This record gives sequence, C-alpha cells and structure tokens, in this order.
Amino acid sequence: MTYALQIDQLHKTYSNGFQALKGISLTVEQGDFFALLGPNGAGKSTTLGVVSSLVNKSSGSVSVFGYDLNTHLSQAKCLMGVVPQEFNFNMFEKVQDVVIQQAGYYGIPRPEAVRRTSELLKQLGLWDKRNEASRTLSGGMKRRLMIARALVHNPKLLILDEPTAGVDIELRRSMWEFLTRINQQGTTIILTTHYLEEAESLCRNIAIIDQGDIIKHSSMAGLLKTLNIETFVFDLSQPLLQVPIIEGYSLHLASDTQLEVSISQGQDMNPVFTALTEANIQVASMRNKTNRLEELFVNLVSSNQTNLKGVSV
Amino acid sequence: MTAFEIYTAYMTIVRKEIQRFMRIWVQTLLPPSITMVLYFIIFGNLIGSRIGEMGGFDYMQFIVPGLIMMSVITNSYGNVVSSFYSTKYQGSLEEMLVSPMPNWVILAGYVTGGMARGLAVGTIVTSLSLFFTQLEIYNLGIIILVVLMTSILFSLGGFINAVFANSFDDISIVPTFVLTPLTYLGGVFYSIDLLPDFWAGVSQLNPILYMVNAFRYGILGVSDIAVGYALLVISAFIVGLFSYCMYLLNTGKGIRK
Repeated sequence: MTYALQIDQLHKTYSNGFQALKGISLTVEQGDFFALLGPNGAGKSTTLGVVSSLVNKSSGSVSVFGYDLNTHLSQAKCLMGVVPQEFNFNMFEKVQDVVIQQAGYYGIPRPEAVRRTSELLKQLGLWDKRNEASRTLSGGMKRRLMIARALVHNPKLLILDEPTAGVDIELRRSMWEFLTRINQQGTTIILTTHYLEEAESLCRNIAIIDQGDIIKHSSMAGLLKTLNIETFVFDLSQPLLQVPIIEGYSLHLASDTQLEVSISQGQDMNPVFTALTEANIQVASMRNKTNRLEELFVNLVSSNQTNLKGVSV
Repeated sequence: MTAFEIYTAYMTIVRKEIQRFMRIWVQTLLPPSITMVLYFIIFGNLIGSRIGEMGGFDYMQFIVPGLIMMSVITNSYGNVVSSFYSTKYQGSLEEMLVSPMPNWVILAGYVTGGMARGLAVGTIVTSLSLFFTQLEIYNLGIIILVVLMTSILFSLGGFINAVFANSFDDISIVPTFVLTPLTYLGGVFYSIDLLPDFWAGVSQLNPILYMVNAFRYGILGVSDIAVGYALLVISAFIVGLFSYCMYLLNTGKGIRK
C-alpha cells in the first residue's frame, strides 16, 4: 500500500545539540484527515519542516505518495502543499500576486495561475481583497491566504501547521468546513493544532508526539474508546440541596444547579436519568465537563513525562 | 519539472524582482543616477578640467567608463543582497524552498534580477554621461560582454552576502567596507601606471580593476590590463562564486534549519 506520508526512524538533532526528533515512525493513509498533536516544543513543527524540506533531517527516511525525499524530492514536493505556523509571505505583495507567484514556482503558466488564484480567493472569501497589500489583511485572512497559496498547484497532500491559531470561532468553523470539503474531494490533510476540539471533530487518525517521540498513533475512535471515565455536567432546572445516591455511579454537586456525573467505560446513562426522574429532578441540559480528546491528551503526555523522569533518575 | 515549467518558475522570479525595483524606483534607480551626475560635475568638469589628460584622453572621458561600471557593480550587488535577504527575513523564501523548482533556478532568477537593475542603472548613467562628454565606442562586443559578466559576478556576490546576513546591518557591511574601497582603488579615477610599482602590483589583486579596464577598453580602446586576461579573471571569479552559491543552496547553509 502506498501511503500519503511514510516516515521511518526520523532523527533530527539541531546544531546546538538539541535532539528534536528521536527516531519517529509514522504513516498517513491516502485520503486521511490526520492530526499530529503534541505540547509546545514536542517536535511537531520539526517533523512537518523535514517533510516539507525546510528542515534538514539528521537521519531516517520520508516518502510522500511513495516518492522518497532523498531520491525524488521534486516529485514529492509537487504533491504537497504547506501552510506553516508563521505568516511567511511577502507583506508588500498584493494578495493575488502572493498566490500567482507561488503557482509560477510550480511551473504553472501565468494565465492558468491567474484562473486558479481567482477561484481559490473566491472560495476562501478573499476576492474583494485581491488588490490589497497582504500586510493589510486581518490575522484570519492571512491564514486563509496561506491556505489558498498552498492549494494553488492542486496538491494531493495538504500540511497545515496550526492553521486556526488566533482565528475567531466563526472563521475557524468556516475553515473547518472548507478543509472537510477538500478532504472529501480526495486531498489528504495533516493538521497540527492546539484546539483539541478541532482535531476530534475533523480528524480520523491521530498521532501524539512528545519530546521527540511518538507516544500514541491510532484511529481517533480507537483512542477515544480508551478513555476510562467521562464526566458530564447536568444543568438542573431547580436548585438541589442533597446529592442523590445512584448505585454504581459517582455524583457530586458543582453548584446548587449543576450536578456532575462520572460514567465509567461500559456503563450507560439510562439508570442515571431513571433515578433522577424518580427523584423528580429535572435536567435542563447536559454537556461533557472536558473535551474527551483533551483529557486523553493530558493523561498521555503527563504519563510520558513521568516515565521519562523515572528513566532519567 | 519539464523545461517549460522550469522556464515559467525562472520567469516568475525575474518578473517579481524587476517589478520590485521598478516599484521603488525612487530608492533604486534615482539615487545612483544623482550620485553619478555629481561625480561627472565635480570630478569630471570642475576638478577634471585642471587634471588634463589621462591615458591619452581628457579626464572626463577617462572616468566615465569606470563610473558606469561602478554603477553596474553596486546596483547588481545591492539588488540581490537586499531582495534575497528580505525574502529570507520575511520567511517568503520558504515559498520557493517548498516548491519543486531546482536550486539553480532560484539562483538564476535572483542573478537575472540583479543584472536587470545593474544594467538599467548602467544605461541611465551612460545616457546622463552624454550630457558631459562624447562617448565613442571602440568595441561594442567587449562592452556588452564585460558589463554582463560584471553584473553576473556581483549579483552572485550579493547572493552570498544575503545568505550569511543575519540582520539588515550585515547587508551593508560588505558594500561599505569591501566593495566601495575596491571600486575606488580599482582604477575608476586613475590609471595604475601612475602608481609606484609595488602598489601597481597590489592593485592587480583587485578584481574590479580587471572589469573597469576591460570596459574602458571597449569604450576608449585603452586598458592597463590585457583584455583577454581580464576576461579570464572575471570568468574564473564567476565560476568560483557560482559554485559556492550552489553549495550554499544545496546544503541549505543559512537558508534551511
């Protein structure tokens, strides 16, 4: 099977001796929407930097749709579009020129580049700004400009390094819709983000990287299944003075109108609702106390860091 | 990439570079023209009229080829160093590095941009010099060859400077402390025949001397250096600097992490 991205034993040690990647291996299937998560400084951007050839690797191999970066770099680059974390376009160029020039670097003739640029700027809501200097755009617009630029050569693999950082929620949701649409049209997407809700709702597969190592690599559904306990918050219609006792479930009052219920893996919630109804307690609404992926992420990273401290001791 | 795609990528950089210096012509084309007019007035007319002849020509005629060459050198160098460094500084160099464009195309694009500005300023300065003196062309082929080779050479030099620069101060160090002294001591204003033997020998280590003299030969038909030898020296420098630029691009020194 040819993977969209295959990383094998990738090491990166910077000139100051810092070992950013300690031999990571990773595969991303064609058509996937893949999340690469990790705390700050874990090695996410270094990994994506090596894949996009902006960072020289120390050892290991990377291939994109079967093209090894060591031997077929040009073919691999043609298949990739990269949206970096930092704004990296010429702030003095017009919005449309940023995208047209990028098409030119891929050898796309100017008339075709102009056509594709118009199409992308319209899709991403930047058409009205096409003749303005890119430095005048808002933060969210600059992010969308980088997405347009990365897509102008129709890549099969789109790499996004924190594409929604600093973007307001409305814009973030419209970017999610756009990314979901292009993923459904066949573009493989790799995403790093600190918004775990974003990763959970968009991505089908996930890898968590910490201190230069992959500590989890699985499907999103599989990972979420490993969550042992979930806590739900029930907003009550009436104030409650005493916590009801429901056998097998842990309940406690966060405030007089908020009841927290912890559900273990394998338990269902029907007995809770039955008991509350019998006790004449009305639930107005219900939500997860924390994002499920966020909880798993924190658990995995803190347990990895505890293990590493144990080893170093 | 196919040959046509490579050509498209190359022309994209060239177009971008030419548009850049044309857009800011008040900073790129006007100042060197004004400076050269001042040189013509002060050194050519006011002081030159008292100096008399040099190398068999009046002083104004003697210095014009050197001043044209000086414009080509400083503008070719300055265009590439400032443009490539700002590209690196703003991060937009990554746009090119992630593309499948071969490294030599990036280099060729920037060098062509440097040449375009060097030649544009050289043409303006030549036109302005006609208000002060008559220029007769002795050998048009040599003129074109030398001016093209010189602008290539200094564009390559500007590229190397930009790769190693870590701040905007770094891009002015070489022009101020290396390029300007070498240009002034490269026979722009005098013939090395005027120097004592020792200093005439030392001057021959200065590559700019070869360019100025070869160019002056093309216009006036006189040179302190054999023209064939001068062309050989310029070619050797071009090959050396081009190889070094390619080494820097291929290894990613100063460009990739």
